[in-house]
Amino acid sequence: MGIGQNIGLKMGKATRDAFGEALKELGSENRNIVVVDGDVGNSTRTEYFLEAFPDRFFQMGIAESNMVSVASGLAAAGKSPLVASFAVFLLDNAYDQIRMGIAFPNLNVKLVGSHSGISIGEDCPSQMAIEDIALATEFPNFTVLVPADEPSTRAATRAMFDHQGPVYLRTGRPKVPVIYNGNGTGVPFEIGKANQLRDGNDLTIIACGIMVAAALEAAEELRQQGIEARVFDMHTIKPLDQAAVERAAAETGAIVTAEEHLLEGGLGAAVARCVVEKKPVPVEFVGIRDTYAQSGSPEQLLEAYGLTPANIVESALKAHSRKNR
Amino acid sequence: MNQHNVRTQHRVQSRVRTPSRPADQLHEIAWRLSREIIEMTTKAGSGHPSSSLSAIDILTVLYFGGILHYDPDHPDWPNRDRFIMSKGHAAPGLYVALAEAGYFSKDLLPTLRQFGSPLEGHPVMGKLAGVEASTGSLGQGLSIGLGHALAARLDKRNYRVYVMIGDGEADQGQIWEAAMAAAKYKVDNLTCILDHNRYQQTGPVSQIMPTLMPINKKWEAFNWAVFEIDGHDIRQILDAFNRTRDVHGQPQIIIAHTDKGRFLSVFNQEKTSHKHGVTLTEDEAKAALAELDQQYEQYAREHPSNKDKGKGA
Repeated sequence: MGIGQNIGLKMGKATRDAFGEALKELGSENRNIVVVDGDVGNSTRTEYFLEAFPDRFFQMGIAESNMVSVASGLAAAGKSPLVASFAVFLLDNAYDQIRMGIAFPNLNVKLVGSHSGISIGEDCPSQMAIEDIALATEFPNFTVLVPADEPSTRAATRAMFDHQGPVYLRTGRPKVPVIYNGNGTGVPFEIGKANQLRDGNDLTIIACGIMVAAALEAAEELRQQGIEARVFDMHTIKPLDQAAVERAAAETGAIVTAEEHLLEGGLGAAVARCVVEKKPVPVEFVGIRDTYAQSGSPEQLLEAYGLTPANIVESALKAHSRKNR
Repeated sequence: MNQHNVRTQHRVQSRVRTPSRPADQLHEIAWRLSREIIEMTTKAGSGHPSSSLSAIDILTVLYFGGILHYDPDHPDWPNRDRFIMSKGHAAPGLYVALAEAGYFSKDLLPTLRQFGSPLEGHPVMGKLAGVEASTGSLGQGLSIGLGHALAARLDKRNYRVYVMIGDGEADQGQIWEAAMAAAKYKVDNLTCILDHNRYQQTGPVSQIMPTLMPINKKWEAFNWAVFEIDGHDIRQILDAFNRTRDVHGQPQIIIAHTDKGRFLSVFNQEKTSHKHGVTLTEDEAKAALAELDQQYEQYAREHPSNKDKGKGA
């Protein structure tokens, strides 16, 4: 994808690759980690773990309900299980199993959903998770992480296992531009604490996942137009960094959110609730608007469904014009 | 904290409880627990007495017949055997067994389903010692049990995992996902008990899902070791549990033919209009308790020597 290249960002690995490599690394540090797969390990990249630790990898076949409940039992027995699948199959197919076996008893199971968003491209909407953030944030006890690039996904994977309790981590299929320096250990990644990537006082762009690079590109364009945008990588959707949102609202007076997800129940909805509660200011939303997408190249789809830097700029100008009205 | 844990572990090793009562005492326990199920559900005014009663003889043998290794003083003891009540609506049956075993005081039984009570309408893990999984959404307990069984293998522990499912519950696809996976992993420390009481919520299994039968053939086809017994015959239950321990390289299922309501006339599905998940009125409960007493007295009359021994006379 071309996002971020206009501002000199270099292309890195896909977040699913970074996750898979980090998982393997953590597997050698923590012998208690076990992986449960639903016959998609070569897509989610848990296959790297399988190659290194076959005895701690359980292949449950194409049966997500059983896969998730088995992880629940492994966690109850003291193991540290990770379950990965396509985000859409993991959350949609095993929703009740996650609810009953992980969220409700607050068990230490890590869920990783790959192939999120529409940027998976040609595979069509049956494979595209655009509701997963809403589904995962809905669970009490859950932490929901949406890292933006290769280094921060490595850091997120580590943070996920350091955290005691259920976590949903969202990864993607395409290669994404690198935003952070370092290989994962030097990247700032504290669950529940937004990373400010750019300062500015005219408005704030709050983004997650692949939209963080788009937000940085949009901020550069806005500068050309005389608007200084603050940019946050809101890698944790739940618990949301309310302090950062409140400060942004108070100090910049307008907010734009950007996510590769339906506007219902995603980052924008969480930010909007926070803004309304803490410090009401104009908020504009960049995201998928109440529709399923279609097959196509990632670039075509992001353009067609309004997820480009230009869409963020447009929303930013709208939010900015609503300030102090 | 660590030191405390180490001390606890040592104490536990020497204090493991596996009550192993003779058959006549098991009859007596099952009778008392059946009474408690009627009493607590009648007081609660809602719940599933008949689904609990069909399971109570099996639960009695499991907890008091020397089958399950557990220590109520240390419910998280890592080497304990696990019992998961996957048919979570039989919670009253589980609760009376746990109370009898000493996990908590019997004073709690009358608080079933009350606000603030750990004895919730369906079992809630973490609320009540001895509850190994939150259940009530059918179909999930066997998979959870498989997770425990695999963890035992990884951790080189020798505990066993028992999961009770209902026959209606076997309508759920996940049961068969778990059946496949458990046989694939050859978890011989996993035993499923099918409480085959022949009735589900709105009618008999033979009408709701007749093609669930023949259920024994299905489990055989999934490569499980299958045992088929009368789920109210204490000796048959004991024998089946003992034989499952001798199975190697295969998970086991005990298909227990039971009566939904343990032969109490008020629950008779053919002759009365009693419905699944409905509790008894005060009068019905009184009659049911009297009938339970008669049943037990008849058993005691027919087994006089056993009863004398049981009393320690």
